[in-house]
Amino acid sequence: MAKREYSYYPGCSSQKGASSSNMMKSVATMCEELDVQLNEIPDWNCCSASIGYGSGGELPRLVMSARNIALSEEHNPDQDIVATCAACWLSTREAAERFEDDENMFKEANEALAEAGMKLTNKTPIRHMAEVLIEDIGYEEIGKGVKKPLEGVKIAGYVGCQTNRPFGIDGESYENPMYLDGLVDALGGDSIPTYEKKVQCCGGALAFSEPEKSQEMIKGIIEAAYDNDADMIATPCPLCQANVEIYQDQINAKYGTKFDMPVVYYSQLISVAYGRNANDAALNGQIIKARKLEEIAAK
Amino acid sequence: MSTNTAMVEKYRNNFLKEVEANVEEGEWVKMCMQCGVCAGSCPLGNAWEHPPQEIFMMIRAGKREDVLTSDSMWMCTSCYNCIVRCPRELPITHIMHGLAHYAKRLGIQPKGNPTQWFSEVFWNNMMKKGRVNELKLGLSMYFKDGFVSGIKESLKNAKLGMNMQKTKRMAPMEFFGGHGVKNPGDLQKIIKKAQELEAARIEEHGK
Ligand code: SF4
Ligand code: SF4
Repeated sequence: MAKREYSYYPGCSSQKGASSSNMMKSVATMCEELDVQLNEIPDWNCCSASIGYGSGGELPRLVMSARNIALSEEHNPDQDIVATCAACWLSTREAAERFEDDENMFKEANEALAEAGMKLTNKTPIRHMAEVLIEDIGYEEIGKGVKKPLEGVKIAGYVGCQTNRPFGIDGESYENPMYLDGLVDALGGDSIPTYEKKVQCCGGALAFSEPEKSQEMIKGIIEAAYDNDADMIATPCPLCQANVEIYQDQINAKYGTKFDMPVVYYSQLISVAYGRNANDAALNGQIIKARKLEEIAAK
Repeated sequence: MSTNTAMVEKYRNNFLKEVEANVEEGEWVKMCMQCGVCAGSCPLGNAWEHPPQEIFMMIRAGKREDVLTSDSMWMCTSCYNCIVRCPRELPITHIMHGLAHYAKRLGIQPKGNPTQWFSEVFWNNMMKKGRVNELKLGLSMYFKDGFVSGIKESLKNAKLGMNMQKTKRMAPMEFFGGHGVKNPGDLQKIIKKAQELEAARIEEHGK
C-alpha cells in the first residue's frame, strides 16, 4: 500500500490531450516515486476557473465545486482532496469556505445537488499538491530520493498568483514565497531566491481575451529570468506554464526579443532528479525544449 | 419591466444598498477606507479606467450607471494581490467579479469587451459537457468578430496551434468529442436549480 493517499482532482487542463497534459504525466511519475497514491475523483467536473463568474454568478459557480467535493466525500471518504491546478484548488477551497461561512448558501447548494440525488457534507480539507510535497513529505525526505541531482541547472521558481494568493502555503509570505526555491535546492539545482517576478501575474484567462496586455506582463516574467541567468523557469501552475511558454514566439515577433526560455513543472524537475527518463518526465510535452533536463535524464 | 429598471426603481438613489443586497460579497463595500492600496495592485493597472478603490467610492456616490457599464471590472485577472494587501480585508476580487456578473445579469455590461464575451463562451462550453474543451474555447475566441477576422486571428496563432499539437497538448480530435462528465444532463439539472435559487433571491430584492 502506498504511504500516502489522496482524493485527486486533476482539472480540465490536465486531461489527456489538453494544454497541461504534460503536468498530468509528470505528476503521475512523481507520485510513483514518492509513494503517493492519487485516487481520481470519479466523474469530476470543471471548477469553472476564475473566469466562470461572468455568466456563472455566485451560487451556480460554487455549486460546480460542491458537486466535486460531494463526489469525493462519497467515493474517496476521509481522504483530503488534492488539486494540481491552482485555479481548481482555489475555486474548490473558496467554495468550501463560503459554504462553511454562509449557512444559506450551503443549504441552497445541497438543494441544487439533490436534483441529482447528491449531498454535500463539506468536511473535506482541500489542498494543493505543493502542500503535500512541503507539509506532508518535506524537503528532507524529497532530497533523500534524489538520484541525479540537477547540478548546474539554474532555475527561476515562478510561483505565480493563485498558488500563492489568497491561500498560499502556510508560513510562506505572499510577496516572496520560498518553497519552490527550497524544492529546487532539495533537488540539487541552483535556485534564484531573489527572482523578481516570482509572484507576478501572467494574465490568467485574460491572456486569451486581452492578449496584448497580458503578453506585456509575460515578457517581464521571461526577461527577469534571463537577467538572473536562469536556464529555465519552473512553476506549479498549469496556466502560468502555458501562458509563459507558448506565447514566446508572438512576443519575439512583436518586441524583437529572442526568447527561448523553457518553462517546466516542479513535477518534471522531481521526475528527472529521481532518475526517470524524458518520457516519464513528459519532457516531450515542452514546446521550448528543456535541454538541460533532457541531458540529465539521458545520463 | 426589465430587472434593470426594477432595480433602479427599487433602490432609487441608494446604489450602495443595491450592491449590498445583490452583488457577491457586496456587503463589504462600506468597509473600504479609501487607502488606495488596491488601486496599485492590479497587474493590468493602466487598463482600469476606475481602479477598485475608485469603484468603491463611486458606489457610495451612487454612480450606478458609470460603475455597471464600466469595463474596469472586466480587467481583473483574478490575481488576488488586492485581497492579501487590503488593510480592511475586503474580498475585492470577488466584489469585482460580482459587479461584473451583476451588470451582465442586468444586460448592461460593456458588450464590446472581449473578457465579458470570453467568460460567457467559457461558461457555455463548460455547461455542455461539464468539462472545458480548450480547443473549442480557443476557436470561438478567434471567431468572435466574425468569420474573416476570425480566420486572420487564427492564422496569426497557427504556429502556436501547431506547436501545441506537436506536443500532443491540443489534440484536434478534442474538437469533435472531448472530455465530459458521464451524465451532463444531471449536472445541468443541478446548475439549473442553483440558477433558479439565485435568480429568485435577486428577484425578491427587486420587488
Ligand atoms: S485596499 Fe481595501 S481599504 Fe484600501 S482602498 Fe482598496 S478596498 Fe479600500
Ligand atoms: S484580483 Fe483583480 S482587482 Fe484584485 S488586484 Fe488582481 S486584478 Fe486587481
